[in-house]
Amino acid sequence: MAYTFSFPEEVLEHVFSFIESEKDRNAISLVCKSWYEIERWCRRRVFVGNCYAVSPMMVIKRFPEVRSIALKGKPHFADFNLVPEGWGGYVCPWIAAMACAFPWLEEIRLKRMVITDESLELIAKSFKNFKVLVLTSCEGFTTDGLAAIAANCRFASFIFLISQVLNLLDFNFVFELVLNKGHKFESKLCLCLVNLRELDLQESEVEDLSGHWLSHFPDSYTSLVSLNISCLGNEVSLSSLERLLGRCPNLQTLRLNRAVPLDRLPNLLRRCPQLVELGTGVYSTEMRPEVFSNLEAAFSGCKQLKSLSGFWDVLPSYLPAVYPICSRLTSLNLSYAIVQSSDLIKLISQCPSLLRLWVLDYIEDAGLYALAASCKDLRELRVFPSDPFGLEPNVALTEQGLVSVSEGCPKLQSVLYFCRQMSNAALNTIARNRPNLTRFRLCIIEPRTPDYITLEPLDSGFGAIVEHCKDLQRLSLSGLLTDRVFEYIGTYGKKLEMLSVAFAGDSDLGLHHVLSGCDNLRKLEIRDCPFGDKALLANAAKLETMRSLWMSSCSVSYGACKLLGQKMPRLNVEVIDERGPPDSRPESCPVEKLYIYRTIAGPRLDMPGFVWTMEDDSSLGLE
Amino acid sequence: MLLLMEKQGLGLGLEITELRLGLPCGEPVEKKEKKEKKRVFSEIQAGDDDDDENSSSEDRKVQTKNQVVGWPPLCSYRKKNTVSQTKKYVKVSMDGAPFLRKIDLAMHKGYSDLALSFENFFSCYGIREALKDADNAEHVPIYEDKDGDWMLVGDVPWEMFIESCKRLRIMKRSDAKGFDLQPKGSLKGFIEGVTK
Repeated sequence: MAYTFSFPEEVLEHVFSFIESEKDRNAISLVCKSWYEIERWCRRRVFVGNCYAVSPMMVIKRFPEVRSIALKGKPHFADFNLVPEGWGGYVCPWIAAMACAFPWLEEIRLKRMVITDESLELIAKSFKNFKVLVLTSCEGFTTDGLAAIAANCRFASFIFLISQVLNLLDFNFVFELVLNKGHKFESKLCLCLVNLRELDLQESEVEDLSGHWLSHFPDSYTSLVSLNISCLGNEVSLSSLERLLGRCPNLQTLRLNRAVPLDRLPNLLRRCPQLVELGTGVYSTEMRPEVFSNLEAAFSGCKQLKSLSGFWDVLPSYLPAVYPICSRLTSLNLSYAIVQSSDLIKLISQCPSLLRLWVLDYIEDAGLYALAASCKDLRELRVFPSDPFGLEPNVALTEQGLVSVSEGCPKLQSVLYFCRQMSNAALNTIARNRPNLTRFRLCIIEPRTPDYITLEPLDSGFGAIVEHCKDLQRLSLSGLLTDRVFEYIGTYGKKLEMLSVAFAGDSDLGLHHVLSGCDNLRKLEIRDCPFGDKALLANAAKLETMRSLWMSSCSVSYGACKLLGQKMPRLNVEVIDERGPPDSRPESCPVEKLYIYRTIAGPRLDMPGFVWTMEDDSSLGLE
Repeated sequence: MLLLMEKQGLGLGLEITELRLGLPCGEPVEKKEKKEKKRVFSEIQAGDDDDDENSSSEDRKVQTKNQVVGWPPLCSYRKKNTVSQTKKYVKVSMDGAPFLRKIDLAMHKGYSDLALSFENFFSCYGIREALKDADNAEHVPIYEDKDGDWMLVGDVPWEMFIESCKRLRIMKRSDAKGFDLQPKGSLKGFIEGVTK
């Protein structure tokens, strides 16, 4: 006799409300039909990793009570200009559908998507409870759209993350609108502008943007929690800023732009000693003792400060001003600061609590050695190249720096490292030192660089990484690599979820190893590798278990793409080729770019002229 | 395809607009190739015709590989803010030389590096000989700072010098009558760096 065990629905719903992660929620929904039903009615947050994997209607049908949605559009390689303009990622149909279906929607988070002013206006009009808008690396809108949001959104937890080209930009105008309505914002206002890729201001607009928008914050407005203007090129009114900061006791994050002079920083800091995160403006000025002591005192007054960034144009003699707070610092972003190794060493040696360091390769091996000695809690290290296009090394940063950190920092989990030389021995050492690595991205700047000691490929080095780091989730390869490295990855990379490959491999066998071996692979992106049809066709089924596969400048033929499209109806096989229609060339001709992703929404209908989705058999009426 | 067009277009543009007089010390072909390669992927600096002043460029290996789109993998924001930060171009004039040059101070590690650049540019105008004899150097390098004052090169730390230097001039010692031009400290090292 079947044992039925039933709680009232309300009880189950209550229990489910403690489960937040999507993975867990998905697992719950698979237990049985009634759990599926209960769960879907109480799911409030939805994350769609690929906006074309599912249609808006499908999401709405399954989860009718969503309050927060996150969508991602373009493939990751779009960050490096590999995805042509106009490829897609339009959010409009989503907004239109949700406007009707989710009147209580509060949050929209978009990454690498195209959003128009019309969509922004629709958001502003349709969602009465709207609180949070986050746009990361998006494009397609102007300040008109932003103004609509600002003007109509009554509630205050309101975040902007803008990271792309903005046309017809007039921040002054936008902020005046936002701030004129400021008195309507009932709770905390978070206003963040970060990571503008390009601020497309013409000369006249720059002069017009006097920055007096800050003075429009009404005197009664005290709710600012986060202000991030780090990417604004124009000057802001410092007196207005000081007044604003002075009356906002909840301010936690302040990221200034380059135009804020260093000698004004102490006054700003004094107004908000409760700050947790600070991005400085320009970090140099004439060397004057009273300016220095003023700055040092102001920093000392910020007892909660944990995170520092900014440091544009550093004058090293001013760095010691932050020493009083170094012991509390957990996050330091110096990745735009030109600071020589010796000064970095002095700074870092005083930061024993550091969890995260982003820095330019000016830190050099010596600086990383000091980091390893001082920062035993370090979890994440990113070292960016100061001269990425130079042909010769401009700094003394080698593989040794990373080895030192791997030796000295037992909690290191996440690495992004740009360098010019690497050896298998070093990678081996790093792997053995740090089996707890979960993210390892190595970029040897010159493609196909071999082990500089043995002149061999770096297969065994990366092999050691995947073998020893059993929880590795994300891996980026570089240097000279044969099919061998992929054999290691397929054998050992069982937890690997994302793999980025460039200028590597010899044959289809390489790709086959990865597709057949990596059980948890979700995202695979490949460029300039000699991978062709065989591996792809042999592992077609695998592609349905992944979010997406990107291949550009490889050797996959048009014929293979067609075949794959025909046989796999739940994949969209997109051929991206700016040379013109692929059937104007022989079928054996390799395609420029290929983007394959699983979907239950069928082929998309918004493709530009240089994208073709391969038809499946059903649409050809062959089955 | 876009890349190819870019490269061709830039190549043509550069050739047409460059001012070259075929100086006797000449410029090796590699430098030009290197410059073109660099220009394809770094932001074009306005008025930046003289891109061959990197003192160590003669020593650099020249590879004629093609650089590629999207490599190294850095997002545009970071590329823009890192690359442009490392440019600090100032004019350099030398008494007796008909043309000024432009130097990127940020590309130099210190005073001796700078001295090498001077040697590179002005060797045909006698600076090598001038600087060999440190105590009786015929030429003295001076710079104009932010306040408009002319200062002797080498007194302040290098970082501070980069920060405040607006332009450089290699002056004839004989023009600086009445000044004690004993090179001290860094300047001495500067001159010695050239003569090594």
